[in-house]
Amino acid sequence: MMFYRLLSIVGRQRASPGWQNWSSARNSTSAAEARSMALPTQAQVVICGGGITGTSVAYHLSKMGWKDIVLLEQGRLAAGSTRFCAGILSTARHLTIEQKMADYSNKLYHQLEQETGIQTGYTRTGSIFLAQTQDRLISLKRINAGLNVIGIPSEIISPKKVAELHHLLNVHDLVGAMHVPEDAVVSSADVALALASAASQNGVQIYDRTSVLHVMVKKGQVTGVETDKGPIECQYFVNCAGQWAYELGLSNEEPVSIPLHACEHFYLLTRPLETPLQSSTPNIVDADGRIYIRNWQGGILSGGFEKNPKPIFTEGKNQLEIQNLQEDWDHFEPLLSSLLRRMPELETLEIMKLVNCPETFTPDMRCIMGESPAVQGYFVLAGMNSAGLSFGGGAGKYLAEWMVHGYPSENVWELDLKRFGALQSSRTFLRHRVMEVMPLMYDLKVPRWDFQTGRQLRTSPLYDRLDAQGARWMEKHGFERPKYFVPPDKDLLALEQSKTFYKPDWFDIVESEVKCCKEAVCVIDMSSFTKFEITSTGDQALEVLQYLFSNDLDVPVGHIVHTGMLNEGGGYENDCSIARLNKRSFFMISPTDQQVHCWAWLKKHMPKDSNLLLEDVTWKYTALNLIGPRAVDVLSELSYAPMTPDHFPSLFCKEMSVGYANGIRVMSMTHTGEPGFMLYIPIEYALHVYNEVMSVGQKYGIRNAGYYALRSLRIEKFFAFWGQDINNLTTPLECGRESRVKLEKGMDFIGRDALLQQKQNGVYKRLTMFILDDHDSDLDLWPWWGEPIYRNGQYVGKTTSSAYSYSLERHVCLGFVHNFSEDTGEEQVVTADFINRGEYEIDIAGYRFQAKAKLYPVASLFTQKRRKDDMELSDLHGK
Amino acid sequence: MCVCPGPRRIGIPVRSSSLPLFSDAMPAPTQLFFPLIRNCELSRIYGTACYCHHKHLCCSSSYIPQSQLRYTPHPAYATFCRPKESWWQYTQGRRYASTPQKFYLTPPQVNSILKANEYSFKVPEFDGKNVSSILGFDSNQLPANAPIEDRRSAATCLQTRGMLLGVFDGHAGCACSQAVSERLFYYIAVSLLPHETLLEIENAVESGRALLPILQWHKHPNDYFSKEASKLYFNSLRTYWQELIDLNTGESTDIDVKEALINAFKRLDNDISLEAQVGDPNSFLNYLVLRVAFSGATACVAHVDGVDLHVANTGDSRAMLGVQEEDGSWSAVTLSNDHNAQNERELERLKLEHPKSEAKSVVKQDRLLGLLMPFRAFGDVKFKWSIDLQKRVIESGPDQLNDNEYTKFIPPNYHTPPYLTAEPEVTYHRLRPQDKFLVLATDGLWETMHRQDVVRIVGEYLTGMHHQQPIAVGGYKVTLGQMHGLLTERRTKMSSVFEDQNAATHLIRHAVGNNEFGTVDHERLSKMLSLPEELARMYRDDITIIVVQFNSHVVGAYQNRE
Repeated sequence: MMFYRLLSIVGRQRASPGWQNWSSARNSTSAAEARSMALPTQAQVVICGGGITGTSVAYHLSKMGWKDIVLLEQGRLAAGSTRFCAGILSTARHLTIEQKMADYSNKLYHQLEQETGIQTGYTRTGSIFLAQTQDRLISLKRINAGLNVIGIPSEIISPKKVAELHHLLNVHDLVGAMHVPEDAVVSSADVALALASAASQNGVQIYDRTSVLHVMVKKGQVTGVETDKGPIECQYFVNCAGQWAYELGLSNEEPVSIPLHACEHFYLLTRPLETPLQSSTPNIVDADGRIYIRNWQGGILSGGFEKNPKPIFTEGKNQLEIQNLQEDWDHFEPLLSSLLRRMPELETLEIMKLVNCPETFTPDMRCIMGESPAVQGYFVLAGMNSAGLSFGGGAGKYLAEWMVHGYPSENVWELDLKRFGALQSSRTFLRHRVMEVMPLMYDLKVPRWDFQTGRQLRTSPLYDRLDAQGARWMEKHGFERPKYFVPPDKDLLALEQSKTFYKPDWFDIVESEVKCCKEAVCVIDMSSFTKFEITSTGDQALEVLQYLFSNDLDVPVGHIVHTGMLNEGGGYENDCSIARLNKRSFFMISPTDQQVHCWAWLKKHMPKDSNLLLEDVTWKYTALNLIGPRAVDVLSELSYAPMTPDHFPSLFCKEMSVGYANGIRVMSMTHTGEPGFMLYIPIEYALHVYNEVMSVGQKYGIRNAGYYALRSLRIEKFFAFWGQDINNLTTPLECGRESRVKLEKGMDFIGRDALLQQKQNGVYKRLTMFILDDHDSDLDLWPWWGEPIYRNGQYVGKTTSSAYSYSLERHVCLGFVHNFSEDTGEEQVVTADFINRGEYEIDIAGYRFQAKAKLYPVASLFTQKRRKDDMELSDLHGK
Repeated sequence: MCVCPGPRRIGIPVRSSSLPLFSDAMPAPTQLFFPLIRNCELSRIYGTACYCHHKHLCCSSSYIPQSQLRYTPHPAYATFCRPKESWWQYTQGRRYASTPQKFYLTPPQVNSILKANEYSFKVPEFDGKNVSSILGFDSNQLPANAPIEDRRSAATCLQTRGMLLGVFDGHAGCACSQAVSERLFYYIAVSLLPHETLLEIENAVESGRALLPILQWHKHPNDYFSKEASKLYFNSLRTYWQELIDLNTGESTDIDVKEALINAFKRLDNDISLEAQVGDPNSFLNYLVLRVAFSGATACVAHVDGVDLHVANTGDSRAMLGVQEEDGSWSAVTLSNDHNAQNERELERLKLEHPKSEAKSVVKQDRLLGLLMPFRAFGDVKFKWSIDLQKRVIESGPDQLNDNEYTKFIPPNYHTPPYLTAEPEVTYHRLRPQDKFLVLATDGLWETMHRQDVVRIVGEYLTGMHHQQPIAVGGYKVTLGQMHGLLTERRTKMSSVFEDQNAATHLIRHAVGNNEFGTVDHERLSKMLSLPEELARMYRDDITIIVVQFNSHVVGAYQNRE
């Protein structure tokens, strides 16, 4: 019966697309409504939200065989942002995972009509992305390169070709464009209804006009939902509530923070042209003009992402369905000007309507999916940054896989809810940040871009000191970290002018910092690192950790072990260093953005044992990294203790006094492969220790350094970082870390079986270091990450990070090499031999550069010494 | 300068508006009036006392004698008094006047004058709780007197809810308005405090602990507080709360805002009077308290707490509510009554308070005892103390006081003091969503502009283009080109409005520069602002404006809650 009712809605709505009056649909459903079916009292999954994401999740879950699913919608199906969506499906995205989601959505929607019999208005139109500037063209070329290697056709075309493809366009100010022929337009509301009806046929029960009041949680596990029509018991809850997701997350007793915020979004509809536009007319995205344009019923639909967005619903007040939002022509004026500049002939075209449909944005412009770190069984898919239609299908698939199999088939860390913490949940933060994010949709995306809003939230106690010395800051997980230090006599470009795909203006500054790390000593404030302490009364901590971590932790007290936590598939859930403080306690250092994820993973896998204590001590310690050959001298002078390798071997940890301060955890490691020490300082001593280090260090040429120097150092030494180079689909064997795994010791740990199997069968990808050969760092485009790697002309994978190595005087990229079969495209085993016997090229925005592949870091880097005759007077200067 | 031809507060009733507006070159009116002024003859001509109040009680500085563009009275100069220098000043003034000049200020110069004193405060953005019914306020002042005699204050009550905003128009110098602007809000805040809080504060004073902060001031850098007197002021305030503590009978009663306002006004005026009678061993302070008491000030204060708006008014400043009707038009609702001769009830009150025999003399030529325009004011002990007391205080006071003609002069027909009170009239208004803003301004504004115009100009400014008339296509046939043209035109029009980032500045621009058609005329604005300081006072009064903007959403939410 449910299904038929749905069909009746669908039938009515087909003819009247979203933006028209819904009163007819309302009338037709009210009869069915009156019957008011009772909700089931229990289900396996409850999905909240009947927009495109909710219906997509329901569709995919039911396809995967989960049948006991209830979907609840507070208004009517597809009546939120889905209803007003401009209906453009575009695969040209910046992230590979986003390209894959959009590509999947495209294929899904394409066959949806055939599958369900519901017309979705799917028309393959193609998209043209215009470039008014050379920088924009570079950006498009980068995307183009990424699309091609995953099998989405696209090409860079000349302005002349643009004019041929779309006769209304003014192309005089263009330098080029990208054409993606398989992009499409589709009615998003109809897609949602089609997905809902297919899901309904598969047994999903759908109830509209039913609001979820809150989710019931017991012992950190979802037990059910409370709705305005009564409670439903369930094991899984999926929050697909779009703009309402944030409020819904907060309504729990144990709040789930889902950082997103709505902004008003405007687009214009016109009456048909005199000779109506053909339905296959390509979509236009003129990012420099901040607008998009598509054909709509013979006329055009055009909207954009303005510079001065209007955030809305900050207080959380929101309608059940989106309606009656004010049109604001004055606000739209810049976009209208832009449209008329691009299509001057439209002057005489008659306006039909200016539509105001709020869209949700997230703090980093990527959507949010995954399981809540705090509540098991609480899944989220929301915050689509106005690409709900493009991502809806693919994102729904990944989330369904995640729920059914425990993990999605692709790495989605970039979209994982756990990349955020509670610190991004402030309304003020979100309101301010989305005002920056929305214009960024069409701003040029250049490497090393830092958000300007919502900053200075978490800082080290040394922040002011470092800032006064010229620190420039970047932010990670809300924490301010120094990028580099601008010397007093040097000026950098203004923020806007510093955007570049070429050599950045800080090149020389970082060079001097790197040099100082190599020759003297530098201090880097690395307080942002996530720090946990695991202690127990007996041997419990060791036992648990031995099972959770892949490397042997039963080491003598004072030793540091590089290890990580693997999942069942052998992939890295976490990459860290662990110091054994004493027999029963361990100190664990993980990347900054692991704070939420790592905590959730540990909590999930640690037994509930009151004798076992896990504590997040991130805020308790300030971390200073003393890098360089003279770090030994500085530290021994400050502690009156010998620090030479005989007394203080590498990867060793000891509590000692530095200056007046006692209880400083000194570790002989630097995260870069350079000699030096990490100091973990209880925060009240931070300023003291820093001052002491700087004053004693003066005679050793000490100076401040930032993360860019660190990055250059670690990449040239082939140090992979979790979240950038490795993720939960990367095993230790795939990145040359076999030595960090206790496979031979006969101990069980999570992921062991997968690793054993992999060891037997060989790996299908291998992290490799590339040194660019014919690349001129002054004149050529710089690599960033995500550049395709070609081996003997064949695409084999993408880079994951890159940096300029000042000692090699070359760019170094890290990236994965696959071995795709030439015939079938299937993945084959990658051997060292395969890697070594290949000619490599890296494709940076369409230009290919020759590269040398290395499986191990360049040995000479470890023993670099300055020759006596190279010495000069300036070596005597303080740095 | 010893006499001003248009001292509006006290003295001869010459209306500034009756003066011919100078035509083209600046010197014309100067030449016309200067012989009179120079000879200091006006008083004799009129046969009425004419007092050199401005320059004597609070002399102007001489630090920028060449510049006619004195729009920022320097705080340091405003408090110090150097009557001996008046001769020197006088010559400076003449030198200027005798040099005919013809020049206009450029728009940027005009703006820098208009914006010199502007101040904006935004209530910190939404934090999920304690949402304020006030979005923020804009304030500004434009001097005519040198130094300016108007004052303004704004503060948030920290121990109770609500915000205080006030404008103060001084006369016979700025000493009294300065003191009131510093002190009145403390008196109000203390009057509003619950018994326990008062006890806590008193105990803290007793035991030398840190005090609870009572007020969060929102001040322009030019709004200064006197350091020298702050101890004296504190002691008087403390005496007041000690009495409040003693008076408390134990049962906790809800504090009535109206009563608190009235008590605070009366108490402060009483303290001003007492301090002048008692004097102070420190000669500087002693002279200061006397100057405060012998000069005067009106006050118009608003207290906003949620939807409860109280306006306490003493004198002829005014509080005007800007109401937006359903059709988007603006109307003005007056929330205060002027205490002057135009107010029948005030005339009635004065006649009732004094014997029938004085019925004719108590208000003469629309002035109290023929001298004072406002019928209620702080300070002005000449209209409050008995003749005996006045004489005694002046005799025992410092020489400067004795030398001062104005202070020594006893008003004519002075039989049954006090003739003047500081007791305010308190109006209550419950805010509605259509109440968009409140304008508090000294009479310098209201005498140049009709209240309806004031409200319309501010309303249109604040709502900007959104409510200008929101464009809706509706069923009309509009092409993209037509719409584009319309929007571009609107934008150009609006950009002129957005020259001002401050509603009060925008209002002053209109008040000073409006031509007969109600639009700002730059030439006129430029002329008005380049008047030499001796002349400025003839064409306009000090203007002080605070525009408080309300948050309709919050006000609406309050309404729905009930």
